[in-house]
Amino acid sequence: QSTLVIAEQSDDSLTPITLNAVSAAQKIGGDISCLIAGENCAKAAEALSKVEGVSKVLVAEGGNYKGCMAEALTPLVQNLQSSSSYTHILAGASAFGKSLLPRVAAKLDVEPISDIIGVKSADTFVRTIYAGNAIQTVKSSANVKVITVRGTSFEAAQTSGGSGVVEKAPETEANSLSAWLSQELSKSDRPELTAARVVISGGRGMKNGENFQLLYDLADKMSAAVGASRAAVDAGYVPNDMQVGQTGKIVAPELYIAVGISGAIQHLAGMKDSKTIVAINKDPEAPIFQVSDFGLVEDLFKAVPEMTKML
Amino acid sequence: MARVLVGVKRVIDYAVKIRVKPDKTGVVTEGVKHSMNPFDEIAVEEAIRLREKKQASEVVAVTCGPTQNQETLRTALAMGADRGIHVEVQGKDYESMTPLHVSKILAKLAEQEKADLIILGKQAIDGDCNQTAQMTASILDWAQGTFASEIKLEDSKMTVIREIDGGLETVELKMPAVVSADLRLNEPRYATLPNIMKAKKKKVAKTSPADLGVDMKSSIEVLEVVDPPEREAGIKVESVEQLVGKLKDGGVI
Repeated sequence: QSTLVIAEQSDDSLTPITLNAVSAAQKIGGDISCLIAGENCAKAAEALSKVEGVSKVLVAEGGNYKGCMAEALTPLVQNLQSSSSYTHILAGASAFGKSLLPRVAAKLDVEPISDIIGVKSADTFVRTIYAGNAIQTVKSSANVKVITVRGTSFEAAQTSGGSGVVEKAPETEANSLSAWLSQELSKSDRPELTAARVVISGGRGMKNGENFQLLYDLADKMSAAVGASRAAVDAGYVPNDMQVGQTGKIVAPELYIAVGISGAIQHLAGMKDSKTIVAINKDPEAPIFQVSDFGLVEDLFKAVPEMTKML
Repeated sequence: MARVLVGVKRVIDYAVKIRVKPDKTGVVTEGVKHSMNPFDEIAVEEAIRLREKKQASEVVAVTCGPTQNQETLRTALAMGADRGIHVEVQGKDYESMTPLHVSKILAKLAEQEKADLIILGKQAIDGDCNQTAQMTASILDWAQGTFASEIKLEDSKMTVIREIDGGLETVELKMPAVVSADLRLNEPRYATLPNIMKAKKKKVAKTSPADLGVDMKSSIEVLEVVDPPEREAGIKVESVEQLVGKLKDGGVI
């Protein structure tokens, strides 16, 4: 039994979700090799070789891997699979992993398994469906299991203690289908929604976009990310990429603070795996209180600034 | 001009509260409101806009599933798709249908229809797999523009702005290509009554996986479907001070 973990890096530094994927590979058991690709990725490869449990790091460096396009990496993974016959191919369920692994799976003519939250055995995995409103256990009889891993569901593997061998990955045909042009990362000093330890979200109760400043002020005190309910997005208070919910982003932070959010099913689906949930809403009947650990029935325009002041 | 194929999946409406079946085999679908997968609505809208801009010659909507899927196809036609293809999948085959099957079907249809562009929703809100666009592109050996929030089509290439974890990314794809629609790509229109009436006259062709030479065998067996762990309601606090105290006591902040 052997697993190939497709590592992810940006600007030559290892992306944290890779460590969660390695940890899922450890749960599956067997030998763990990693593939890392990029225009420059020597430093990230070095860091990866020290990750606990990693026995080999295959490095694919060069212009062909600029932007880590799925079209460029797929033939490479195919090559590795045909020479090494891994039993499992894993990646984090990030935009990168989600783009790449289904493309690889189709080339291998197997059904991939997306976004697993648990490993029951080498062929049986747990994942959520309906945005977390139901939990499915699936068994795969495919000769190679191609899997993406939800980062929040697996502890990060230790970044020291490993002594993986670093090797050059085989040369592969160049990607002529697509090209990476540019990237524009959100310049916020606040953490990214799906990776934040604390998330503060506002709903229709915020009344307008300007009032979200109250949440930003609180967020800055707590190093929190700021999200929103679909109602707040539909009302035009904030942009779509802030939406937490079934059709938006799914988050599972240590602390989730829902402000002026009633708690529609579609919102709960996006946040109910958070460890601690706080709800601030002036309506004592709001359904959000049914899932919150601490509920405060109060006007948010009074409570939020007060909380900001206290921290 | 491009011929565009769009995939439309019939799913339980996003506003319905899901109920898991007592025998743990799945979720209750009988008597439950269904509609078009929200991401597929965005895909249909984008295709129609391309035709309105005279960049697409024809928009063909495809659905895979039982008879009821025709409603979903009619919705796409009422929004403005030109014609529909209903790939009939029933009974056991439908129960075990996975994104790989759908991808093989779409790839076959793309060849038959001489499509230049396939637009699909980035994921369906039932299975949450997020695989079909990538796999369809893979089978056809086409470029893929996943999680698109903006597309710009030129003759032989397309520029796609993609939603990635920390922001946006711009890529260039050689045509033909597959695009998966993310939330920000557009705001889908509602079908108007006259258009709903008109849609009834639009052509819907029927085919099946067997006709297309697609084997419906699956390597995936669903062992069980259960409710997520119940979250117990906690306590109500009286003041911000008490709230902050509780959070500090629990080591949360």
